[in-house]
Amino acid sequence: MKQQLNIVVNGEPRELFIEPKTLLVQVIREHLGLTGTHQACDSSSCAACTVVVDGMAVKSCSILALQVNGREVLTVEGLAQGPNLHPIQQAFIDNWAFQCGFCTSGQIMATKALLDENPDPTREEVQAQLDGHLCRCTGYNMINEAVRDAAKRIKAQKETANSEKGAK
Amino acid sequence: MKTIITDFNYLAAKTLDEALDLLCKHKDDDYRIIAGGQSLNTAMKHRLLTPEYILDIKGVADLDYVRFDEKEGLKIGALATHRSVELSPVVREKYEVLREMEENVASIETRNWGTLMGDLCNADPAVDPAPPLIALDAEITVSAKGEERTVPAEEFAVDFFETVVQPGEMATEIRVPPLPPNTGVHFMKYSQIHGDYALASASVLITLDAAKEQCVNARIGLGGVGVTPIRAKKAEEVLKGKKITDEVLAEAARVASEETSPISGIEASADYKRELAGTLVRRVGKEALERARRA
Repeated sequence: MKQQLNIVVNGEPRELFIEPKTLLVQVIREHLGLTGTHQACDSSSCAACTVVVDGMAVKSCSILALQVNGREVLTVEGLAQGPNLHPIQQAFIDNWAFQCGFCTSGQIMATKALLDENPDPTREEVQAQLDGHLCRCTGYNMINEAVRDAAKRIKAQKETANSEKGAK
Repeated sequence: MKTIITDFNYLAAKTLDEALDLLCKHKDDDYRIIAGGQSLNTAMKHRLLTPEYILDIKGVADLDYVRFDEKEGLKIGALATHRSVELSPVVREKYEVLREMEENVASIETRNWGTLMGDLCNADPAVDPAPPLIALDAEITVSAKGEERTVPAEEFAVDFFETVVQPGEMATEIRVPPLPPNTGVHFMKYSQIHGDYALASASVLITLDAAKEQCVNARIGLGGVGVTPIRAKKAEEVLKGKKITDEVLAEAARVASEETSPISGIEASADYKRELAGTLVRRVGKEALERARRA
């Protein structure tokens, strides 16, 4: 029997009726058509499907969608502001942090959760946060550099915003 | 794409009372309790489990806590996530070994959603929290409607993926007693990839006398080297009452490895795991001793 699911996805409230066996990744990709969240291993091993739920990075392929009822979900589609990419996205591009891109949205969402909690992580802290994410192309160094570059960009953006506020 | 293909009836509890009512009502049905579901969902996706009912306790807020008091020690509610245990200030201050253990459980994503108790209830023989909880002499509370019992951590798992928890019951709390003075504890696991299940894991607790010379108590928990996590009681006896030297530790390690009954798998043979368990006991024991001296 279908059950009601109320979630906020990328800031937008959504009401759906789903089978209880539906996984969060199915709701995101199939019901909402947000295919930026990727599925790879399907066994909770690769973290490509990572999204942010109430500020926490989680694996959407391993969570029953009904368990997220009433919570806020952020996917990679929720990062850019119109044509402007999020600083994390831009840092991934500028640092050559991906080749095929399959794992990238998961890496980016885990980075989002990390930088919200810890705006200035060390190399080791980035490694600890992302060590569940499998990437078969880049060798991880450029990803780690991109994350720390993103941290700098976000900090600079905030400082600019603050000084503008101060000027006014 | 792998999904859960078998339908189930989904019932969610918001309080412990509601959860126990649901369990009582469905005691004779084919059900599974879901907390974070980080093991259960994968098992259902692989069609290893096809329960008729899923009883969801993830929203039982009154069991989501990590608390400490000097008298009773640490209490971890059934819905505390791995990550909340890892980040708990009191765990960091008083039970450092649990933080060390948590940092090696799967990935942050899994720890953010999965619970420590759920991990224990899944009862993989290599479950990370079991060896330190055995070493720390923890107890687990198992509740049913109107009833409650406590089980020592080393008796919680009874077989491969099977625990003492009976139909109608659920595990509700882990209690870790306060550490006695002059006590050191350590945990290590060996796995092929960081965060993977251990090929073998070991946790050792050592309590020294007031002069910090003689070992007055020792507890050893091992994971991955039998159908359940085990307590290496004979090896504990090797340490007790002695001044612990490298030779004594080597003897305890040898005895501990004889207490194991590992199974050969694709990653390692039984002999390899037995040897590994001994090596871990020696290394972990040495660090636990250093910590007891500093404590």
